[in-house]
Amino acid sequence: MRETTGEKIFRVVVLSVLSVFVLVPLYVMATTALKPLGDVQSSFSWIPSRVTLAPFVQMWETVPLARYFLNSLIVTCAATLFSVLVAILAAYAVSRWRFRGRGPFMTTVLSTQMFPGVLFLLPLYLIFVNIDTTFGITLVGTRLGLIITYLTFSLPFSVWMLAGYFDGIPRELDDAGKVDGASNMGILLRIILPAARPGIVAVAIYAFMTAWGEVLFASVMTTEDSRTLAVGLRQYATQTNVYWNQILAASLVVSVPVVAGFLLLQKNFVAGLTAGAVK
Amino acid sequence: MRRRTLLSAVPLAAAAGAGLAACGSGGSDAQPDRLTYWASNQGQSLDDDKQILTPVLEKFTEDTGITVDLEVIGWTDLQTRIQTAITSGQGPDVVNIGNTWGVSLQATGGLYELGDAEFETLGGKDRYVEAALETAFAPDTQPASVPLYGLAYGLYYNTEMFEAAGIAPPTTWEEMVAAAKALTDPAAGVWGMSLAAGSYTENVHFAFINAVQNGAQLSTEDGSPDFTNDGVVDGVLRYLDLMQAEKVVNPSNAQFDSGTKSVTSFANGEAAMIINQNNAHATIEANGMTAEQFAAVPFPAPAGAASQCASHLAGINIAVMESTKNLDGALQLIAHLTSSEVQAQLGKPFAALPVLTDGEPTFTEDAEQAEMFLDVYRERAEPLPRVPWEDQFESAVGQAMNEMFATIATGGTVTREDVTTAMQTAQDAIRA
Amino acid sequence: MPPTSTTTPPRADVAPAPAAAAPRPRGRRTWFPYLILIPALLLELLIHIVPMVTGFWMSFVELTKFFIRRWTDAPFAGLENYRIAVDVSTPVGQGLLTSFLVTVAFTLLVVSLSWAIGMAAAVALQRTFRGRAVFRTLFLVPYALPMYAAVITWNFMLQRDTGAVNHVLVDQLGILDEAPFWLIGDNAFVSVVVVAIWRMWPFAFLMFMAGLQSIPGELYEASALDGASPWQQWRRITLPQLNAVNSTMLLVMFLWVFNDFNTPYVLFGTAQPAAGDLISFHIYNASFLTWDFGTGSAMSVLLLLFLLAVSLGYLHLTQRKAKRDA
Repeated sequence: MRETTGEKIFRVVVLSVLSVFVLVPLYVMATTALKPLGDVQSSFSWIPSRVTLAPFVQMWETVPLARYFLNSLIVTCAATLFSVLVAILAAYAVSRWRFRGRGPFMTTVLSTQMFPGVLFLLPLYLIFVNIDTTFGITLVGTRLGLIITYLTFSLPFSVWMLAGYFDGIPRELDDAGKVDGASNMGILLRIILPAARPGIVAVAIYAFMTAWGEVLFASVMTTEDSRTLAVGLRQYATQTNVYWNQILAASLVVSVPVVAGFLLLQKNFVAGLTAGAVK
Repeated sequence: MRRRTLLSAVPLAAAAGAGLAACGSGGSDAQPDRLTYWASNQGQSLDDDKQILTPVLEKFTEDTGITVDLEVIGWTDLQTRIQTAITSGQGPDVVNIGNTWGVSLQATGGLYELGDAEFETLGGKDRYVEAALETAFAPDTQPASVPLYGLAYGLYYNTEMFEAAGIAPPTTWEEMVAAAKALTDPAAGVWGMSLAAGSYTENVHFAFINAVQNGAQLSTEDGSPDFTNDGVVDGVLRYLDLMQAEKVVNPSNAQFDSGTKSVTSFANGEAAMIINQNNAHATIEANGMTAEQFAAVPFPAPAGAASQCASHLAGINIAVMESTKNLDGALQLIAHLTSSEVQAQLGKPFAALPVLTDGEPTFTEDAEQAEMFLDVYRERAEPLPRVPWEDQFESAVGQAMNEMFATIATGGTVTREDVTTAMQTAQDAIRA
Repeated sequence: MPPTSTTTPPRADVAPAPAAAAPRPRGRRTWFPYLILIPALLLELLIHIVPMVTGFWMSFVELTKFFIRRWTDAPFAGLENYRIAVDVSTPVGQGLLTSFLVTVAFTLLVVSLSWAIGMAAAVALQRTFRGRAVFRTLFLVPYALPMYAAVITWNFMLQRDTGAVNHVLVDQLGILDEAPFWLIGDNAFVSVVVVAIWRMWPFAFLMFMAGLQSIPGELYEASALDGASPWQQWRRITLPQLNAVNSTMLLVMFLWVFNDFNTPYVLFGTAQPAAGDLISFHIYNASFLTWDFGTGSAMSVLLLLFLLAVSLGYLHLTQRKAKRDA
């Protein structure tokens, strides 16, 4: 099928306009990070007149960025891991059994995603405090509390997505496994999980992104020791100055690994998304 | 609610066991030799604060055997953190608060009210500057915090610009405007003044100061909001007119959401004057000006004004949380931080005015400047309304002023009538 | 992605699944599914359900600063909080209504434009050509970028005197003589819409791209033989074939965008302009700035009811349409 001139023009125009739209902020981020603060505070220039790597050095001192980075990494990875595990189990149940309460469970899970975060921020905090006073498990201001919170945030979508994926795996495979004497867990581990790998990766990416960028709950539920990047970055605006070049340098540094990881795994993400949504 | 008993037991137990350190039902963190202290951001960065406070707190540990867990919290987070701490009864033992919140926070019951017995530990009420201590309580109650760092506004001016133009530092509002007009040259990127016109907290301070200069009050005798009287409306309009009618302020300032930004433009030579609290000294120098290049005078009132008020009584207070299980230790910590030596020691890095009646200012080498600010702080500063709705006043009136500055900056006009309407709306939004 | 604005794409089997697709019961061992559901159930209860119920209760009590410390003893307020929230003759009710209307306009614009841009990009990349993978990767970057890094960069670009946007408009192109404000005044609405679209359209693109892959090429070839123009092909083949993707995605995007807290929060900071006063942010300020958590909760419940109503209505419509089409 030949491409018409009209199509070609459309393609060129759309792709160029969108590339500019996407690239400009990325370019501004990268170049501003290389400018001295004085230049950033005067009028904007596309090409830095003076280039310095100082912001990339100073940013670690102005704010304990390394610690925040570590916190974010621990919280996000743990939340992702457990979210995926819990979601796999729940999705397996929903996909393979028609138990009483299945419908209400799925509907409830779905509707939790409509809850405005502001509505349960304070109640959740109070519940965490009560858990502390009653059971002695400290959830407020610790990474554990954030992990539990974030893993639940991504849970509903993950369960839905995975249940859809599992549904697409033929039941005959289960039966074959059963004939071989596999237990329910055996079927999950040996048959379903390998077949659902793209879906699981997609869910993991989603859970990771959910936790990595969260601001509202992190700003209330963390202390200096457990603070994550999302809130930590705000501290480049201090009593004394707004360190724009350092903010953008730090943004760049924290973005690179996430973007790189995402782009590497994007094929899985597309495949996983479509399994849940397209059919 | 199942958990009611548990939840309410904690503060009750703490109150009943005042002085008995190891009391409390939660148990897990009732340690007599440990305290948690939330400090506010006073220095150049959170880390800077930590470095400054650490030796002070180590000395405290040496003297008392009490270890202090310090956390420095930025201003954007401090209010929310205090809110959740008060709500949950779980938080620090000692906390810094902006002194304008003093009465609002007292109203929550989350701060421990200090009676005569407690003040004995602190060395008596008369050690503290009276007006500063008044920020800590509503009339006819006990203080729920004590002053820690004193701050006062001053009108900073660029000495070189003033000399070059042959202008003397202003002593009245009219002189200030005339000087600003003379120095404004938009083509050269220089403006007479820079205001933090997009910061609701800064804006609300100037609504208050200008109103007081007009002899007005923002609350009635019985403590209800009163934002629409002539004095308030005229005061607000006078301040807005620096940008609107006098055109001595760069409209871009409407986007300045913190005082820091006007300090930066002052230090960069883009503005001849700024009105800032005395801790701007350090910030201006950190932004590249030398001490000779700038000076400050009291923020002037119009000629013949009803009051020569030049600042609200600004600063930081320090409070014991009601939920503390170590009241004794908490009081000792406050006594330590407000002792003459520590006050003198911290006055310099934090650019704070002494809150003690016999304190000497250490924030600048320049005795004349120090004296000027001290005089403003002690004689020409008034506390913001000492009512529980003070926090709502800050957000309602402050946001209204943000919006009005935005209107002016984007080419609109704000009439006296508009100001009255905006103040009425702000007043109606307050739930006293 | 913010949890406050995440949502689940409702799959067609939100209602009891049709019999043919129904999972087969495994007879006696019915305890097993419950067992493996326990972790998910516990977490949902702890983090979502119990706090929600508490929040619901809060909307009926007078939870101001005077009672916050003993919040369990706060006096019952009946529907007073709701009355305050909806009484448009008071500044509080008026503010909520304005914020609601701003949010509706914001959502309509962001969703429809993100949809259009995502569609255009997906169609433009439908054919294979050299460099296609580069564009595909590039277009996903805004979606992968941590949200605060993206929005803070926009905030910097939208500064009046030091921003890139005004530099282009005033200094380079000379379209405007005087530098406009982007973060205060009415322009703030334009800014928040553009920033939200920048973050949202790659999601639409991603979904469409996935959907397009499943359209058989023969359909296009057949219609090309019939002499259909590319536009007609898009109308007659692409759009109908993407129906399933579309109906899910529109609802997901609607909920995300309507609940967006992070974009205004990071873009405007504490100086939020009326024109950019989105509802999540408005409720946050109403609760935390004024210590009035009762009224704040009542506003949130109203928001939740609105979203539920829209979602249910939407699902009802799309399912009826799906049945009709079937």
